Amino acid sequence: MQDFNYHAPASVADAAKLLAAHEDAKLLAGGMTLLPTLKQRLAAPSDLIDLSSVPNIKGICREGDEIVIGAMTPHADVAESALVRETIPGLAMLAGQIGDPAVRHRGTIGGSIANADPAADYPAGVLGHGATIVTNTRKIAADDFFLGLFETALEPGEIILGVRFPIPVWSHYQKLRHPASGYAVVGVLVAQTAGGVRVAVTGAGPNAFRASAMEEALTADFSAKSLDGLTIDAETLNNDMHASAAYRAHVVTVLAKRAVAAR
Amino acid sequence: MLIEVNMTINGRAVSGKVEARTLLVEFIRDIQKLTGTHVGCDTTQCGCCTVHVDGKAVKSCTMLALQARGKTVLTIEGLANADGTLHPVQEAFREHHGLQCGFCTPGMVMMGVDICRRHPNADEQTVRHELEGNICRCTGYQGIVEAIVDASAKMAGGQA
Repeated sequence: MQDFNYHAPASVADAAKLLAAHEDAKLLAGGMTLLPTLKQRLAAPSDLIDLSSVPNIKGICREGDEIVIGAMTPHADVAESALVRETIPGLAMLAGQIGDPAVRHRGTIGGSIANADPAADYPAGVLGHGATIVTNTRKIAADDFFLGLFETALEPGEIILGVRFPIPVWSHYQKLRHPASGYAVVGVLVAQTAGGVRVAVTGAGPNAFRASAMEEALTADFSAKSLDGLTIDAETLNNDMHASAAYRAHVVTVLAKRAVAAR
Repeated sequence: MLIEVNMTINGRAVSGKVEARTLLVEFIRDIQKLTGTHVGCDTTQCGCCTVHVDGKAVKSCTMLALQARGKTVLTIEGLANADGTLHPVQEAFREHHGLQCGFCTPGMVMMGVDICRRHPNADEQTVRHELEGNICRCTGYQGIVEAIVDASAKMAGGQA
């Protein structure tokens, strides 16, 4: 790992100033992806801005019909939260399947969605629940957030402060887990929300996306059977050493059916 | 540039000078000379470097020493009592022969303590699932799993 300047700002404003002042700076949340990336020299930022000393961006609370999760909240806290388990059990289930226990003690929701790894779990959770990403400058709907491979709507200098999840009527997450890495070869989150049925898919494509044909079918008839014959176009999916695009397309339907069957 | 870092390791206030890029495991092993914590894969996968930071198991190869500033770290050297009495998880590893070469053992024990803390009376399936971030290349895990199941029951029963 190449050396860098380390900063631990004590406020969001100071973090934003540091980010603006150093062109090649990166924000450090839990570091579960960033530090391995630096070790492999896939990135060599001049400055790391550690958000762990910034107050009020960690923790879970309920505000009206939303569960608000601070950007620096580790996966283990979400998985074990009595509030999340009671209100959005599908999200607690998702968080508890990320990586391994030690990784879940460090990795954060803000870091995960900012990185937008195609095989990460949280993008499906955020998109599937129709959450809102709150940054230091604006609010971004999950539908507008994931743009491509490791690409999000975040502007340079923008810092995620937290994610607001509308409490769904029901949701469930199903994952085909890579046995070694724990990443989602495919992950599907199905939610019944005030705004309708949502089906979000991660692991399968360059970024998390909604399966609109499945949403329509489930809106008409919320049953696993209604997904018979519905498949994602494999042309748009990832094809790699872990799984072919055609296999991923098949698994998306299988997991969506399993999720619905859990209702 | 060297930066001063302070933390508590095994109940002792320690300090040292590190580079920004110095990993917690490098601080523990190379600067504090606590070589019980091992480096296996150096890629967050094998769990040999597992220590507790503020009471929670983490992989010290994937944390900067600076990220542990002001925090409380527990390594394998700090687990037994001062009089040498083993921690129940260490005792269970001895009892069930939960090791062969021993390289993964410090991480297995530290993760085992974390598992016992979160899962009183853990069953075999829970322990196997929870151990997914710790790799052993010798034992086939049988003794390790038996040891943690046993320690979890004993600790839940107040025999810790």
